[in-house]
Amino acid sequence: MSDFPRWKYALVVIVLLVGIVYALPNVFPPQPAVQISGNRGAAVDASLKSKVEGLLATAKVPAVAVDVNEKDGRLLARFGNADQQAKASDALRVGLGDNYTVALNLASTVPSWLRSINANSMPLGLDLQGGVHFLMEVDQNAMIDSQETRYTDDIRSLLHDKGVQYDSVTRNARGQGVNIVLRTDADRQKAAGLIGSDYPDLLVNDAAAAGNGFALNAVVKPQKLRELGQSVITQNVTTLRQRVNQLGVSEPLIQQQGANQIIVDLAGVQDTAEAKKIIGAVASLQYRAGLYTPEQAMEAARSGSVPPDAKLYFGRDRRPYLLSKKVIASGDELVTATSGRDQQNGTPNVSVTLNASGARKMQEFTNDNVGKPMAVLYITRTLETKMVDGKEVKTPKITEEVINYANISGPFGKQFQTNGLPSDTEAAELALLLRGGSFAVPVDIVSESVIGPSLGADNIDKGFKAVMLGLGLVLLASAIYYKLFGLVADIALFFNLVLLVAVMSAIGVTLTMPGIAGIVLTLGMAIDANVLICERIREELRNGSSPLASIRTGYDKAWATILDANVTHLLAALGLMTMGSGPIKGFGVTLFIGILTSMFTSVTVTHAITALIHGGRKLKTLSV
Amino acid sequence: MEIFNHNANFNFLGLRKYSIGLAILLMLGSIGLIVTKGFNYGQDFVGGVAVQVAYANPVDTNDVRQTLTKAGLENSLVQAMGGTREVTVRLQPKDDHDSAGLTGLSGDEAATKVSTDIMAALKSVRPDATMKSKSFVGPQVGEELRSDGIYAVIFVIVGIMGYLWIRFEKRFAIAALATEVHDVLVTLGIFAITQREFDLTVLASVLAVVGYSINDKVVVFDRVRELFRSSRNATPEEVLNRSINSTLSRTIITSLFTGITMAALFFFGGTAVHGFAITMLIGILVGTLSSIFVASPILLWLGVSKQDLMPRSKEDPALERRP
Repeated sequence: MSDFPRWKYALVVIVLLVGIVYALPNVFPPQPAVQISGNRGAAVDASLKSKVEGLLATAKVPAVAVDVNEKDGRLLARFGNADQQAKASDALRVGLGDNYTVALNLASTVPSWLRSINANSMPLGLDLQGGVHFLMEVDQNAMIDSQETRYTDDIRSLLHDKGVQYDSVTRNARGQGVNIVLRTDADRQKAAGLIGSDYPDLLVNDAAAAGNGFALNAVVKPQKLRELGQSVITQNVTTLRQRVNQLGVSEPLIQQQGANQIIVDLAGVQDTAEAKKIIGAVASLQYRAGLYTPEQAMEAARSGSVPPDAKLYFGRDRRPYLLSKKVIASGDELVTATSGRDQQNGTPNVSVTLNASGARKMQEFTNDNVGKPMAVLYITRTLETKMVDGKEVKTPKITEEVINYANISGPFGKQFQTNGLPSDTEAAELALLLRGGSFAVPVDIVSESVIGPSLGADNIDKGFKAVMLGLGLVLLASAIYYKLFGLVADIALFFNLVLLVAVMSAIGVTLTMPGIAGIVLTLGMAIDANVLICERIREELRNGSSPLASIRTGYDKAWATILDANVTHLLAALGLMTMGSGPIKGFGVTLFIGILTSMFTSVTVTHAITALIHGGRKLKTLSV
Repeated sequence: MEIFNHNANFNFLGLRKYSIGLAILLMLGSIGLIVTKGFNYGQDFVGGVAVQVAYANPVDTNDVRQTLTKAGLENSLVQAMGGTREVTVRLQPKDDHDSAGLTGLSGDEAATKVSTDIMAALKSVRPDATMKSKSFVGPQVGEELRSDGIYAVIFVIVGIMGYLWIRFEKRFAIAALATEVHDVLVTLGIFAITQREFDLTVLASVLAVVGYSINDKVVVFDRVRELFRSSRNATPEEVLNRSINSTLSRTIITSLFTGITMAALFFFGGTAVHGFAITMLIGILVGTLSSIFVASPILLWLGVSKQDLMPRSKEDPALERRP
């Protein structure tokens, strides 16, 4: 047909081919697998492979394949079913010990030529593969409390140091800041100036005088609180990512939601208590003096005889250090730590700010110890629940690591830099750890759920059935009602499903049960465009137009309606996408993509096929 | 194949006093029901603990409830999940009188305890009970979701009104809005009267109903606009009637097709999507009826006329011509 240009045929063919290729990976079901990675530099190589194979043979769990990826430092053992996977992971966890992390994984079976063009299958949501889900929220009140208490102390010692006479410095009700009562108006102005210049994050105002004093009110700026909240979230997300590794989850989903929430989705995990133990770990840190030489530390580590005034610790690289038993300053005295570059020599560094009490102690210590080493000790405390005589007993498990060891170049107090860090990443990591060990703003679990693996498999099964049945019924009904044009619409509808799956896979939308519902709904509504077109063509035929003219006017007139109807529908899908929560968002995204793909398939694809069938032929009737 | 007589010219507008009257009655009834009976809010919105339990042999929900009450777990909500072998038990942690010392625990710790208590109580009577999933939602989460939901609904309604205002005319936007409010209220009213669980998926499907039903109205409105522009001497009433009649088969066929898929989802998609499918089915029915009987009479009353639509006929001809 002359009014269907050639470039559109080409477009249809190309889009459909690309769609098929990108939808294809979903045909390959992922395989249950166990992923092993080394801790602290433990080697992942051929010898590990033979060890793993040996362990699997003893446990009588045959692996489908064991592959070593030395570049990523990972070993992947694939299994026939989830049962074998579970057995194997138990056996390997015991057999390999602490030096390796054993994680459950769903290994992709997508052929490498597809993966090389970034064609991957859709990741499955927790409701389809089972696992635990946590929603965590930053305790805003605790954050405000810690900030206001800190500023109260700081202002008190600032005024004291600068010799400003004051009657009282007290904290108001939560969120109301700090109240400072001074004796004269001149003192008040002086104090306001000092606080304003030293603490730019405070908003200082004159307050109603209490009695015959002159009062000031200092409130933490809302902007600062927002920034702090965000940094608490970022910090928690990062530390959670590191910790979740220990749980043996290969692809955890940890992300921020809204202003102060964190979602943690751990696929394959069934034990919430174990998961909470890890993610609920509390970190703190201590500054301590470094004692003795590295050689003496090595010797102490080897022989086990530690000098009485020192204690033996290890760094992340297992290097031994001898540190003083006395703590100089601790994490709760650290205000902030940021990574950056040294202004003089440009090497990566970390700037640390201490609060008033920390600064005083640091000043005292560094005055006497220039040129001597100082270390940062990082302490993680997790609660382990054990059953003793049928009762739950919670015992804290403490891990201590030296994360930084450097010489003091000169006396310092409130602010100082740690220089000479090997790289920007290491500086950023140190700053993150320091912050993580400083003000411990509690993050509460506000929602959690466990989805059993059988439920997940059940959901996939039912979802797949619903999609196929819904599709089949519509295909049948459309073919009966609109005959040839119905069959053309059927081809388009099938390609709509292919394109929808292709787009979802290509942009990595996680498939969930609501998402499947969205796919089914999209299939039901996509046919609407064809109904509109077919009804229009019938009308034109009844009005006495020739078959070819009917097709042309039918498509033309229906297009305006289809456009209006779909734009309004897209707006509704957009509304669903803006709703914060995960599952609903998934539904909205599916609907949104589905509407777009259906506009293409229902109109352009069917037009191309119709033109191909009817073009260039003299027609008396149309099968519609 | 054709089900509908294409020459039909049923006088839908002649029924407008009854149809609008009925629509208003339904809306008022729904508002009354929503206010007096309220919704049976799901765990997503009210928080609490939910445990999904599977039994090897059929079980009666009343027995489950009694077992729990005897064990000191009061006010439990026990629902069968598509069959007789699976139930969901919902409970607020404060209603667990069996576990002393819940105070002082954080929300999630208390929830873990409650779900353990539930399973212990059920297993003591029926050893064939196994836990399939459990979840806990804190009270603050629901509040946020509800406000998110309200914002989303407002966003959708304002967006759609704006689009119709620009593409059509303000009377169309108002008529669509009024019918939309009707559809949503009646759908919600059915939820209030049946006391079906109203959870996050249902809220999402209410939004999907808005999308579906507006789709339906736009198709009719499009025809109204077209007929106003092409017909010379027809009265608005005639134009509206002809528009409804000539889009009638499309309106009903599309509803049937979408209905078929949602029925498939309802019967085969499992319990996770029951609420979604049933809401869509209700919404499709209500939306289809209101597209035929309610939207156009409102347009007539708002005084839509040929003049309102004529000047816009040259707007964006390129868009109109596209296939």
